[in-house]
Amino acid sequence: MNPARKRKLTIILFLLAGLAVAVGLTTYAFRQNINLFYDPTQIAEGEAPVDVRIRAGGMVEDGSVVRDPDSLKVEFRVTDFTSAVTVRYEGILPDLFAEGQGVVTTGQLNSDRVFVAEQVLAKHDEKYMPPEVSDALEKSKARAAEEGREMPEY
Amino acid sequence: MWQFFHKLGSPKWFYGIAGRFMPWLLGAGLLLSLCGIVWGLLFAPQDYLQGNSYRIIFIHVPTAFLAQSVYMMIAVAGVITLVWKMKVADVFVRSVAPVGVVLTLLALFTGAVWGKPTWGAYWVWDARLTSMLILLFLYLGIIGLGYAYSDEKTAARSVAVLAIVGVVNIPIIKYSVDWWNTLHQPATFRITEKPTMPAEMWVPLLLVVLGTYLLFGWIAFYRMQTEILRRERRTRWVRELVQTGGQSQLKTGGA
Repeated sequence: MNPARKRKLTIILFLLAGLAVAVGLTTYAFRQNINLFYDPTQIAEGEAPVDVRIRAGGMVEDGSVVRDPDSLKVEFRVTDFTSAVTVRYEGILPDLFAEGQGVVTTGQLNSDRVFVAEQVLAKHDEKYMPPEVSDALEKSKARAAEEGREMPEY
Repeated sequence: MWQFFHKLGSPKWFYGIAGRFMPWLLGAGLLLSLCGIVWGLLFAPQDYLQGNSYRIIFIHVPTAFLAQSVYMMIAVAGVITLVWKMKVADVFVRSVAPVGVVLTLLALFTGAVWGKPTWGAYWVWDARLTSMLILLFLYLGIIGLGYAYSDEKTAARSVAVLAIVGVVNIPIIKYSVDWWNTLHQPATFRITEKPTMPAEMWVPLLLVVLGTYLLFGWIAFYRMQTEILRRERRTRWVRELVQTGGQSQLKTGGA
């Protein structure tokens, strides 16, 4: 490679490295705004503001969903397996909403630290499997639980 | 290696070699993607959670992959334009930028269609979706900047700089789902781990991905050939090509 080209290439690489550092620092500084939602631990630690429209996200705790039989009101707990936050919502939940599934909710944290949601979005994970496999997995999990064994994660 | 690289710099040589590859790229690309699409849409099993709606993955993932790969290729071509001043590299950038726009739009659109039944929303301003939208604007910027100068060389240089600067967005798109909380799920395919879906789902998906890469190769060569003819229209080889091409067309037309 001739020296002029080599110099040009070096300049480009240096510029790109500098740019990457700049963008990296900027996104790091804005990470709280880039995060779509607060997780329950952040809410429990008081990082999330009260009475401001925010998003909270995590897993719907198993056995925590309580539906009001006369209306669309529903209450459930969202957990990240460290802390949990109670969410109240009135409206139609997305089809994928279920205990043990992820959700992202928009709403406000009231003074009792209960999250009053205006919108509930379902978040699914990156795992896909046929229904039969999922059924078989559930069955073997149940059997393992009966025998008191720990199931390895799929 | 270097000889091949320098040959690439000749628009005439490239025009010929592209023409030789094109039928193969088109044939293999169509075959792979059609097989993958039919297999994925009709024969692959349902998902236990999303049912049939996950099947849009067979279009969403290939277009999103390709939209990012094309941008990286454009950035590499931009470096070649600036350092080696190779005309063909600039031809590549200008020819495939509109293809990148279409791919990004398709990825965003299929994502929205998929988002409504699964998440409950067409659009959310999370890091993955927003950075993908920025990719769309980068592509549009490359096209717009290319038309902003009357001098081809100035245009080539400015477009190359924009393409190189914009490449920092690519790792942001890729790792957005790992670095920040997003509604978009993390990647199913990782280089170091097994895919988190069974083979009867990922094999057809892989076929479509490979097929779309080949089809992209075809359309890139096709558009580059057109652009080379436009730029070299005053050279002798293009005139001869047009003359002989015209004659052979007359012959087939007469028979």
